[in-house]
Amino acid sequence: MLNENAKLTENVFSTEIKTASTRDGFGHGVIEAGKADSRVVVLCADLAESTRAELFQKEFPERFIEMGVAEQNMAGVASGMAGAGKIPFIASYAVFSPGRNYEHIRTTIALNNVPVKICGMHAGVSVGPDGATHQMLEDIGMMRMLPGMTVIVPADSEEAWKAVVASAQTDGPVYLRFGRANTPVFTTSETPFQIGKALMLWDPPAGGDAPKVAIISTGSLSYTALEAANVLAGDGIETLVLHCPTVKPLDRDAVLAAARRAGRVITIEEHQTAGGFGSAVAEFLSENHPVPIRRLGIQDRFGQSGSPEELLKHYGLDALHIEDAVREFVRV
Amino acid sequence: MMITEEQKIALDTQAEKIRETLINMLVSAGSGHTAGPLGMADIFTAFYFHILAHKPGNPQWEERDRLILSNGHICPVLYATMAHAGYFPIEECLTLRKFGSRLQGHPERLKLPGLETTSGPLGEGLSQASGMAYAFKNLQPASSKLKPRIYCLMSDGEQEEGSTWEAAMFAGKYKLSNLTAVMDRNNIQIDGMTEDVMPLEPLADKYRAFNWHVLEVNGNDIPAFIAAVDEAKAIYEKPTIIIAHTIPGKGVPEIEFDYRWHGKPPTKEEGKRFLKELRTLGGKISHDYA
Repeated sequence: MLNENAKLTENVFSTEIKTASTRDGFGHGVIEAGKADSRVVVLCADLAESTRAELFQKEFPERFIEMGVAEQNMAGVASGMAGAGKIPFIASYAVFSPGRNYEHIRTTIALNNVPVKICGMHAGVSVGPDGATHQMLEDIGMMRMLPGMTVIVPADSEEAWKAVVASAQTDGPVYLRFGRANTPVFTTSETPFQIGKALMLWDPPAGGDAPKVAIISTGSLSYTALEAANVLAGDGIETLVLHCPTVKPLDRDAVLAAARRAGRVITIEEHQTAGGFGSAVAEFLSENHPVPIRRLGIQDRFGQSGSPEELLKHYGLDALHIEDAVREFVRV
Repeated sequence: MMITEEQKIALDTQAEKIRETLINMLVSAGSGHTAGPLGMADIFTAFYFHILAHKPGNPQWEERDRLILSNGHICPVLYATMAHAGYFPIEECLTLRKFGSRLQGHPERLKLPGLETTSGPLGEGLSQASGMAYAFKNLQPASSKLKPRIYCLMSDGEQEEGSTWEAAMFAGKYKLSNLTAVMDRNNIQIDGMTEDVMPLEPLADKYRAFNWHVLEVNGNDIPAFIAAVDEAKAIYEKPTIIIAHTIPGKGVPEIEFDYRWHGKPPTKEEGKRFLKELRTLGGKISHDYA
């Protein structure tokens, strides 16, 4: 059943649920961060509209810096601005930042340890029609390998808003991953958010059976996981759904507790299973509490054109595929 | 402002001491770059002993000018100069590249107070310097009295990096007149002469086309270099680049102009010989090519 403490929206499973993109949450969140702290500046590489950086641009034109299509320079300039006391958010598509400018981020931001917030938009296959070139599927892996880098993948626009505000208040570099597609806004302003903390979305009723599988997910697929858990519960298969907006540092206590209770773990992410969120969970559990694990994600493939729904289904990341994975796992 | 003859002699003498330290630290390290640091000793001396507003005893002094070394591989000359300027004991120079040293093989800001950035991978310093220049020019509260000048030291080889030109475009667009770039035009890189590896010329025309003010100077002539930096301060509409023609290996005649000395240190024997050659010049480094 839904975890009451998560304070999710009332109509979680309604087809009428409001939708928005996590990039929308970025656009509004960074305005809030800018209001709270005059050191916040936004740099954008010729994608002001589609990254939603234009919202900040309208509010604080003097603190918005147009970089042109030059993501490497954007990383370095942001590093320099941070060195001069600013808190720069850099916005582009994730394939370009941190994709193209990775080593610039590594040297001038991560190793240099300055508070630049790297905002990668259009992550995952749900970018849709743009196709494989623009569907970033390797960024979680790249960024979580960097020492000192915090990695956050919000579940919806509301959580994205909170993540952006919290990032501005955090020392050190942060990578924030956002999607293009409109997805259900199932958390609320009351839903707890703290960098490094996981959120239990679904839990078997107290006093009932233990969960058979712990579904541990990140990003907007946490909603899909919730949908699957709801259907499965109706079929008598109890699961828990643990949403980890912060991929790094992983909420080890929460992941460990979930694995202990269920004894089986399924991870879900819109990212290559190699090196991504599922890998992070598997690495941690294999050393601390080995349990059987299935990792759902993109299986060593690139994306392609299509609608977000078609693509998520094709790559096995819709609710039906998650249900099937749980059923199959429980039978083993 | 022209410097006096006494100042000139004092700076030349200081540059020679820095070259001595350089050779000793490279021998001790057993790896590292020789030609670039020797060639740039005069410019570093000019910066740390004449041009920069800085306080070696208080590296975080807010009003300091910012010197960003982009081509971090020539850091031995940065370390040697900083030590002579009083940032840390000169003896510490011999820890270069050793385990536990603050003097990393390429500079790391978090290791050594006084470093503005972490650098080494080429083509990144001009972006960082431009970001600082933009921040101090356009993002300060109106009440702020902070007006540091931002200096970015680059190599000629890193003009081959595309990101250098992204940064050049940015600094030109935003007319970052508080930024002065200095290019060490010594014409060598690891694999040979720059014009053979990947032709860079016409560099001055390229920067002019990117809306920079361009100066060319003998980088081993301290008074001429200081005069060029003064001129850059008087340019209000554009960033300035000083293309400083330097002699790689400058001060040790037997290795001058030899690209094979880009990326290796002298052996103990060679080091002894180099020091002897250096001393016979009698502090007259900047005279002979003036």
